[in-house]
Amino acid sequence: MVVDSEERANRLFHALSDATRRDIVRQAARSNHSVSALARMYPMSFAAVQKHVVVLEQAGLIVKERHGREQRVRTDISALRNAHVLLDELAAMWRERLDRFGDVLAESSKGAKS
Amino acid sequence: MSVTNVQTDPGAKTLTLTADFDAPVARVWEMWADPRRLERWWGPPSYPATFVEHNLAPDGRMLYYMTSPEGERHYGWWRVRSVSEPHKLEFEDGFADENGAPNDQLPVTVSRVTITEEGNGTRMTIESNFPSTEAMQEMIKMGMQEGLTEAVNQIDALLSS
Repeated sequence: MVVDSEERANRLFHALSDATRRDIVRQAARSNHSVSALARMYPMSFAAVQKHVVVLEQAGLIVKERHGREQRVRTDISALRNAHVLLDELAAMWRERLDRFGDVLAESSKGAKS
Repeated sequence: MSVTNVQTDPGAKTLTLTADFDAPVARVWEMWADPRRLERWWGPPSYPATFVEHNLAPDGRMLYYMTSPEGERHYGWWRVRSVSEPHKLEFEDGFADENGAPNDQLPVTVSRVTITEEGNGTRMTIESNFPSTEAMQEMIKMGMQEGLTEAVNQIDALLSS
């Protein structure tokens, strides 16, 4: 998936723009926590923490997994970076290159005909 | 839009792009063979490329620099592994210091270009293999959309805090 690389950047930035969410990523990177365990760490309602978790999930920063009755949150930043974000960015770079390639080519083809 | 297909294989760290052009094979080849044309598309407009060496022959070497908006020059090199005009080109590319000497600390990317006649036009496929994430990150630094790079750096900073 390449087309959404811009959108992914927006979501990442938005997700990382909040101190609580940054802390949740940090916690989830250290060990798996249930959403309710996370909720106890912050001076806010379960619903508010749950909302943060959703934003982080949509940004691809954390993954929710069901363990029996509870949902646990984990993050695998290295996998995220290595496998998806970087390749998407490289794909975006090559797409831009090839768009310019096409433009220069069209220009030189015209020049050759005239 | 000339790019018709993009495939990424995270496991193999490989990227494959297919592009179709309304131009004959020879003219598409010229885009690689003519350094003045090559430099018009290799670097982004904000980091224009200048090729100072261009030798499209087996074991041939290329040297270029990209100029940042602040006027800094970032050097890169290619080594041509094989070339079969006008259909195939395989090259390694990497980074160099300000004197143009290859930077051995940073890994090298291998790209295979295939140019074939397709209908009335030309199809070009590029398969790039990135040996490590360092190579990828370094490439990203050199003139990609800055958004994700910054985001990735933020993640790094976050996790090391």
